Amino acid sequence: MSLYYVQKLLYQINRDEYALARFNENFDSFLAEYRLTEEEILALRNADIGLLYVMGVNGQILMHFAAMSSFAWDAYLDAMREGIRKHGPVRAGLYATVWS
Amino acid sequence: MSLVFAGVCSHGPGITGRADRADATVRDALYASFDRLRSALEASRPDVLIVVAAEHFANFFMDNMPAFCMGMSDTYVGPIEDPQWLGIPRVEIPGNAALSLQLIESVMTDIDLAYAQEWKFDHGIMVPLHFLTPEYTLPIIPVNINCQGPPLTPLTRCYDFGRALRRACEERAERIAIIGTGGISHWPATPDSGKINEQWDREFLNHFVNNRRDALVAYTDEEIYREAGQGGFEIRTFVAIAGATEHSRGEIWFYEPIPIFAVGATIAVMSIS
Ligand SMILES: [Fe+2]
Repeated sequence: MSLYYVQKLLYQINRDEYALARFNENFDSFLAEYRLTEEEILALRNADIGLLYVMGVNGQILMHFAAMSSFAWDAYLDAMREGIRKHGPVRAGLYATVWS
Repeated sequence: MSLVFAGVCSHGPGITGRADRADATVRDALYASFDRLRSALEASRPDVLIVVAAEHFANFFMDNMPAFCMGMSDTYVGPIEDPQWLGIPRVEIPGNAALSLQLIESVMTDIDLAYAQEWKFDHGIMVPLHFLTPEYTLPIIPVNINCQGPPLTPLTRCYDFGRALRRACEERAERIAIIGTGGISHWPATPDSGKINEQWDREFLNHFVNNRRDALVAYTDEEIYREAGQGGFEIRTFVAIAGATEHSRGEIWFYEPIPIFAVGATIAVMSIS
């Protein structure tokens, strides 16, 4: 699991039109630059918002990827809820934080 | 002339982006309070507005995350988000690089401050500006405090940063206004979006407007996350404003939970003494 790189990729396509164009037009070569697992690559390819949320992608990054993948606001919230139903609780990142 | 105005406000993207989905009466009351804030800001005749923000992975990421950063450019752009999604057109926003440089040099003697000559404003700055300088005529100096990617900037340091910023402002001839912008309790962009802990918010705001430093810096991240959600981490911006207005008190002009905006919408001002 390489949550850091999933989030970094989304951060870059959120803020850089050139990165977004490469994501849309040369998906494989663009993703090859990041250290991602097969599950992560598939989740990004399918814009699987629920799974990305469960993997631990921060909502402040994820909501923009959802919007550019044509999720309306309520559909975005529902996709995350469905992700939890399907894949279980958030696995990593801020939302999985267990405070000592 | 130094600091001439200090306040805080919410910045949730729903405030502009989902405006049509809110209860019209509550929304219009919030907008009216923003208008009042703009009038008060204008009446203070500022040369520049410092916005202390809690940006959301628009410019800063976990590859190199500053605890504090100040912009140092004559021009910024925003919003970084889809303008249609946010309901705010993309514009150029004037800055003041020369004044930024002076402030940064001064603040740096107390606080390790990063600087940025390039900055794309996200909703955290654009939503306040949309209401406070709708024609984007007022030069802006952006400041960011890391409220998003733990380990987060400690609250004690946020208060100290506010103090240092105030001192730096006092050294300048320009008339400087400052706005802190963040949520109080909220769970933005998560399945819990719309949840708001009103009681927690009101207690925090009470500490804020009475400038109770010890209470403001006593919150732990664990407590904030549990009671106020990850959006509650943005109280850092309020704490910095309290530091910049130490020994002063303030007044809450607006507080109302608005679930579709995903925040307890807040507007408050501090007196400058
Ligand atoms: Fe925020």
